[in-house]
Amino acid sequence: MKNKLKQIFKGGLGQLTIPLIAIALLVIFNLIRDPSFFSIELMHNNDGNIVLAGNLISIINGASELAVLAMGMTLVTAACGGQDISVGAMAAIAGSTFVKVLKASPSITGITVVIAFFAACVVAMLFASFNGVLVAIFKIQPMIATLILFTCGRSIAYWINGGATPTVESPIINAIGGFIPGIPVPTPVLIVIAVAIIFALAFRFTSIELFTQSVGINGSAARLNGINSTFIKLLSFIILGACVAVAGSIAVGRLGLINHETILLDIEMDAILAVAIGGNSLGGGKFKISGSIIGAYVIQMLTITLYAMKVSSTDVKAYKAIVIIILVVIGSPVIKAKFQKLMNRIKDNKRKVSVKGAE
Amino acid sequence: MENTKKFRREPLTDTQLLMTITIGIFFAMYLIAMAVLKGGFLRPQQIFDMLNDNAPLIITSCGLTIVMIAGGIDISVGAVTSLVVMSCVLYLNRGGNIFVSVLLALGIGLAFGLVQGYLISYLEIQPFIVTLAGMFFARGLTTILSVNPQKAEHEGFAKLRDVKIEISWLGYVAKNGNRIPARIELGVVIALACVLIIFLLLKFHKLGRGFYAIGGNQQSALMLGINVKRTRFITYIISGLLSGIAGYVFMMHTGAGNATNAAGMEMNAIASSIIGGTLLTGGVGNVVGTLFGTLTLTTINKIVVSSGLKDPWWQKITTGGMLCFFILLQSIVLSRRSKKKQS
Repeated sequence: MKNKLKQIFKGGLGQLTIPLIAIALLVIFNLIRDPSFFSIELMHNNDGNIVLAGNLISIINGASELAVLAMGMTLVTAACGGQDISVGAMAAIAGSTFVKVLKASPSITGITVVIAFFAACVVAMLFASFNGVLVAIFKIQPMIATLILFTCGRSIAYWINGGATPTVESPIINAIGGFIPGIPVPTPVLIVIAVAIIFALAFRFTSIELFTQSVGINGSAARLNGINSTFIKLLSFIILGACVAVAGSIAVGRLGLINHETILLDIEMDAILAVAIGGNSLGGGKFKISGSIIGAYVIQMLTITLYAMKVSSTDVKAYKAIVIIILVVIGSPVIKAKFQKLMNRIKDNKRKVSVKGAE
Repeated sequence: MENTKKFRREPLTDTQLLMTITIGIFFAMYLIAMAVLKGGFLRPQQIFDMLNDNAPLIITSCGLTIVMIAGGIDISVGAVTSLVVMSCVLYLNRGGNIFVSVLLALGIGLAFGLVQGYLISYLEIQPFIVTLAGMFFARGLTTILSVNPQKAEHEGFAKLRDVKIEISWLGYVAKNGNRIPARIELGVVIALACVLIIFLLLKFHKLGRGFYAIGGNQQSALMLGINVKRTRFITYIISGLLSGIAGYVFMMHTGAGNATNAAGMEMNAIASSIIGGTLLTGGVGNVVGTLFGTLTLTTINKIVVSSGLKDPWWQKITTGGMLCFFILLQSIVLSRRSKKKQS
């Protein structure tokens, strides 16, 4: 038992060390600053449902879209060694499709919502496979290939909407972005859990995780071993497309309208950041989805903490940047090696002292 | 014998090939616009307007080209430009000195370049994350300085801003009979000077060749005796410094600081570098190509606006389409060449 503990401390938690340290630091900081930050209470919302409320809930709830996108982004990063910077724009397209289909139907029922969601999924997957084809078949770097949709994606969403910001009003849409009557947990959180379970099942019962890693580490070696690396790269983009559709639908559900300019603005940067904080290499290869999910919550917790400290929403970015830099500096290989050296020297000194004492 | 040697042409390198394609497409597009759309495209002032509006973009793209040639990426350029504009405007409005404001602009750019370059090259952190943090920091700092737009009200600065080079024989006769000379802003001169200096640096200086070397193959560069870390450090310093200059030029063009200044400039700069034939993988690129990349990007926008597509979304969609075209073209050209080399 002791040995095992020692091993954990020695090897750290591997990839998850940095995100867990970050969460721990944020929790300690908040405990010192104001313990009531963590209070959770049951209260009645406007519709008369009993719901959970509190800073912790708003952290977990607010990071939902980010967490879903980070999961897909991790796969793309691992397989292609690059990031998709068009997720925000694609989410705008998916959200617009979602709203467009809902608007086209005479009344919004459960079935129409499901149909609309599938339409959004198909459209997002089509756009994602456009990116995927550029990356996998034409061998263009992901960041360049997705720059195209990053540039024009929001304009395409605008075009789908026909130059307006349409609203949808329905209890079902409100339930997607808010609470299902009778369940006190926010629906987006449930959706994130569902997506995470799907990922876990897919990794458990198929070899996609192994294949993705081997394609990311060395694509041509993977191909010589019989893995279709083009298909794996394309597949990672299509999965990201599905994640984008989920995130876009949640975002539409929260507000009940689609604004192509502001929906999930700058989320691509946050999603890439979540992947990086999760300890995944942005150069591809080995990955851990759990790291990215924790990374997403770290980012949201940081944001909410800053809001709680009365930092205005436009200024949050500057403070966020400082924390990010501190985190990546701690995690950088050079600093780690220096720290290791220092520890060794301290140990050596101790040994010398004890040897001298014995003499 | 000597004659044949003189006239034997070396095959174009990747850099030159991609640059030639871009320049060719730019001229073809402009000539077609002149023939079909007429109007403003027939006046030389159109080209000068394009340069006047895009001088800051040209300068930042130059910096980005260097960083990309060395195999890195810098997405903080737009935000740093915005921060420079805001801080210089605020400084001048408090009765500052113009000379000091130039130093302030350069200092801010240099500071960002130094910190980011140190973190990336000596601490080996991924450039995307570091410059992303730099972007967040600069944008956040800009809004902390002022959320509201600030107009520069400094007499000396107003004089400096109005310095324009007028070429009367390139002008045109306006409808009311007045002859309007062609106007070039001071910023354009600075931008073209930057392009020239960087072109010479990349082409003839040891340091510039080092950029290509570390971008092409880091390991080989190390074995050739190039100080890889220091060379990479210098690319970010140059990029930061150029963002500072771009910020000052931006301020000379608009004369006001706004938190949303230069929004999305980093992606435009990356796009112009790519259209100009720079590869994000490093080792390939040319700053003259970047200049034409910027002009191509602007020409597309001008054509869309003047060809009567009124709906607001067409501009960006056509830009995206053109970007897609250029990227695909590059990919096909390069893959065909590498196949030819192998056979």
